Amino acid sequence: MASTIRVRATSNGEITEVQALIQHPMDSGFVKDAKGEIIPPHFIQQLTFEYDGKPVFLADWGGGISKDPYVKFAFKGGKKGDDLKVSWTDNKGASDSTTAKIG
Amino acid sequence: MMKQRSLIRFGFSALALAALALASPAGAADKIDPVADAKAFKKFFYDKFPKLKPEDFVNGPYSMDEGLHKQWVEKEQFPPYEFAVEEGKEMFAKPFKNGKTYADCFPNQGIGIRQNYPLFDDKQGKVITLELALNQCREANGEAPYSYVRGEMASLTAYMAFTSRGKPMDIKIPDDPRALAAYEQGKEYFYTRRGQLNFSCATCHVQSPGERVRTEVLAPALGIMNAMPIYRSEWNSMGTTSRRLVTCNSQTRGVPLTPQDDEYRNVEYYLSYVANGLPISGPGARP
Repeated sequence: MASTIRVRATSNGEITEVQALIQHPMDSGFVKDAKGEIIPPHFIQQLTFEYDGKPVFLADWGGGISKDPYVKFAFKGGKKGDDLKVSWTDNKGASDSTTAKIG
Repeated sequence: MMKQRSLIRFGFSALALAALALASPAGAADKIDPVADAKAFKKFFYDKFPKLKPEDFVNGPYSMDEGLHKQWVEKEQFPPYEFAVEEGKEMFAKPFKNGKTYADCFPNQGIGIRQNYPLFDDKQGKVITLELALNQCREANGEAPYSYVRGEMASLTAYMAFTSRGKPMDIKIPDDPRALAAYEQGKEYFYTRRGQLNFSCATCHVQSPGERVRTEVLAPALGIMNAMPIYRSEWNSMGTTSRRLVTCNSQTRGVPLTPQDDEYRNVEYYLSYVANGLPISGPGARP
């Protein structure tokens, strides 16, 4: 299956701008389905962006984040052609990760 | 006795014929003229929004509001429909149980043909939308049809629209009274008021595009079909043309029809026809 993560990172020499889109249902656990039964909580708990072995962006998420979340941030440093690693784990223990080249 | 009855019947049909003959000269004044309709329809929007280029209209509310436009430019770098396009592509290539694929049901293997739908099928005698054609393809190959509003159907049409991006809408109305009647019924549906709020489709999308309904900026009717299917942030998912029409009806507190009913297919036929020449922009993202 294709990766659940889409990343685009661009560096202008000093600052690297990162955008990511993650495919995930992000069920809060408070929503009922058509039969009136609660849809069990299923959301990403931690999202990590690592550059050069160090985390540059860490997010502790919960059920309040929307479905298929989108993230955008910038960090100092980062060179064109370097790797940026993105990974997430959810409350059901599932995870995914991908590595993108900074452009 | 029998003779008398048939005479009476003959008399009635003769009367009916006479009435028809009388009605036709009056009807000639407002003859169904799709070419003139499309011209007038486009002129109305071009005059109302003189700053916009014709191809801007296919981007709906984003062409109406500067702030929204900025958000959209950014959103398009990471469009929310991307997952659906990918899923649709996989589904489209995957063979049915009998070994055939969707490509076998469509001209040019289904690639780059979105702009020709809906079309009038003279064998079936009705308007065939892309969604209906996809389900007919499934049923002809022994597969269960998909829901018309979301999910697989939205992904499949998203992929097909994606392969047609930028191609001008090219709807044909054949020289067939049934096709003209379908067009006219679609037009009538579009301009007929309904629901508790007594809105027609045109109330929002012809009279007030660019205006707000609460927080939402209304899209112009011109080119509204070119962006289908759409990912709506409000829905948090993809939806087809059918889904859009159903929600339009319920938002005006009307009773929605069943997806792909005659009226819905005909109104899609009408709206697509008057947008002929404008590029396909689907799949779209909408607030």
